[in-house]
Amino acid sequence: MSHATSAARVDADQPLVEARDLRTWFELRQWGFMRLGSVKAVDGVNFSLRRGESVAFVGESGCGKSSLARTLLGLHQPTEGDVIFEGQSMARLGRRGMRDYRARVGYVQQDPFGALPPFLDVRRILAEPLKIHGVGRSERERRIRAVLEEVRLSPADDYLRKFPHMLSGGQQQRVVIARALILEPSLLIADEPVSMLDASVRVEILDLLYRIQQRRELTLAFITHDLSTVRHFADRIFVMYAGRIVETATVNELLDHPQHPYTQALLAALADPDPDNALELREVPGGEAPSLLNPPPGCRFHPRCPKHMPGVCDVEDPENFEPRPGHLSACLLHR
Amino acid sequence: MAVPLLSVENLSLNYHTRQGLVQAVAGVDFEIRHREALVVLGESGCGKSSLAKTLMRTLPRNAGRPEGRVLLEGEDIMALDEERFRRQVRWLRIALVMQASMNALNPVVRVGEQVAEPLRVLRGWSRARAQERAAEVFDLVGISTDFLTRYPFELSGGMRQRVVLAMALVTDPQLIILDEPTSALDVLTQASIMNVLKRIKREQGTSFILITHDVATSSELADRVALMYAGQIVETSSAAEFFREPAHPYARMLMDSVPRLHQEARPTHIPGQPPSLLDPPSGCRFADRCPQRFDLCERDPGAFRKGDRRRVRCWLHAGGSQLS
Repeated sequence: MSHATSAARVDADQPLVEARDLRTWFELRQWGFMRLGSVKAVDGVNFSLRRGESVAFVGESGCGKSSLARTLLGLHQPTEGDVIFEGQSMARLGRRGMRDYRARVGYVQQDPFGALPPFLDVRRILAEPLKIHGVGRSERERRIRAVLEEVRLSPADDYLRKFPHMLSGGQQQRVVIARALILEPSLLIADEPVSMLDASVRVEILDLLYRIQQRRELTLAFITHDLSTVRHFADRIFVMYAGRIVETATVNELLDHPQHPYTQALLAALADPDPDNALELREVPGGEAPSLLNPPPGCRFHPRCPKHMPGVCDVEDPENFEPRPGHLSACLLHR
Repeated sequence: MAVPLLSVENLSLNYHTRQGLVQAVAGVDFEIRHREALVVLGESGCGKSSLAKTLMRTLPRNAGRPEGRVLLEGEDIMALDEERFRRQVRWLRIALVMQASMNALNPVVRVGEQVAEPLRVLRGWSRARAQERAAEVFDLVGISTDFLTRYPFELSGGMRQRVVLAMALVTDPQLIILDEPTSALDVLTQASIMNVLKRIKREQGTSFILITHDVATSSELADRVALMYAGQIVETSSAAEFFREPAHPYARMLMDSVPRLHQEARPTHIPGQPPSLLDPPSGCRFADRCPQRFDLCERDPGAFRKGDRRRVRCWLHAGGSQLS
């Protein structure tokens, strides 16, 4: 296939994927024609992911993390900015180029049952992407079996003819992962891959993803709202708030020395199981995440921020500062 | 000793399905004292929501008749007929916040009216008096009383969850059953709802049954924990005992599967799956997945007493036997 040669050409230091001032806005209309404005789901996001690294985009619902994922997948057209994948601009890919691109990026959805077509068995679910990309019958069969082994649905014969409803939630998610892997992508995007699963199964799926990422040297982007699950499964964290990345650091650095007041609030709100938790109230910033239709001026967290500096935070848009080496925080306190 | 607020004895519930009889709740015992919060912890399909629905008598049609006794301050409320249960118990003494009930608010009725409704229907209060009380509980759950006249669509998820909580509190019940009250909410919203619950517990002296699958969140409110597995309670302990040194092998493995912010050790998963409740094993229901299984596990262990109020359904904790 064509991408094999192009992958050989790029050098290892080049980032696999970059987002440059990426904006994905959704126009809101009433009755189909009255423009109400734009929901700025992704609003000026910059990052670059290395080959073989595992990162987590963490944020609450409505922070734009899923829109970001879908933009990276090419399911949403960026309003502004660009995604650079292996040195190529996504904006310049034609139809063919886009199809090849989608083969290089795997997607693991949040709700495994909803993500799998109910009327196809596992074999057909996994064969579909291969057919679209012109893989012959015997090669298809070989790759389907191999990928089922890889996601630990083995022996494969027990699963090939099962329909999604015959599988447990964990098994369904394994099928979704297998489908995401079958075209041998170099980037895997997992949008809340375990939030619909039970606690005891979650770790199993996260472990599986992590092992696959290590073995295949994939770039893995986790999208999650749960900071406590990322520690062992990601190298770096991007914290998102209201359409922007507010803090970036390696996992331990971020969890041990959170810099942005929003990240600090998130961490303070999270509980590790402990009987003493019941004894005291937690500190929680008031208010709610802002509307992405009309985000507040200046820093978007300022209306809720306990360290808000009047006349500064509500006026100036914070750029990224580096309060600690390699640790970026978009907060004017660090200026 | 004082009579416990609620005492549940040998409660069982089956569902009739096309595949056969599903034993969702199989001989559950527990008690809650006044001002106490009990967390019923378990994974999906363990019967924890069925337990809540049985207590509230809001079971679906395919449910069989529950067996066992439920004593509310010593009175067997299972024996009450439907009308007496409705007039005397449901919502007045035991209220329920159901999973995702914030999405079940009536979209065309102002939230203040909805919160006041139980008082109008069950106590026959006038609109003005009921509204006054609704304003009080809005205060209690931390919503500005300006919101009384809003419609549900004008409120965020966190606000709607507070409204639902206000609806449960409005009759000042002795016990509130919360079924996964925060699982659909964001981290910060979740923390502030838990704060509200803690404050209500402290200030109003309300007792709670918190049903959840989320181990970390459960510790925010728990005085005691009942861990369910495949329709049975496998361990009942104080929160300190449960979160510090769980006794049942399932409890220990579950605690080890919880990812923690400040812990280097990697969480581990529990291999295998819970048994089907269509045909549960006759012995210990966790035996198949238990690394400490031995020959006795072929037989049902029953709940062993460990200390004053601790019960563990595991042969390893049979009287006099050694703990590994």
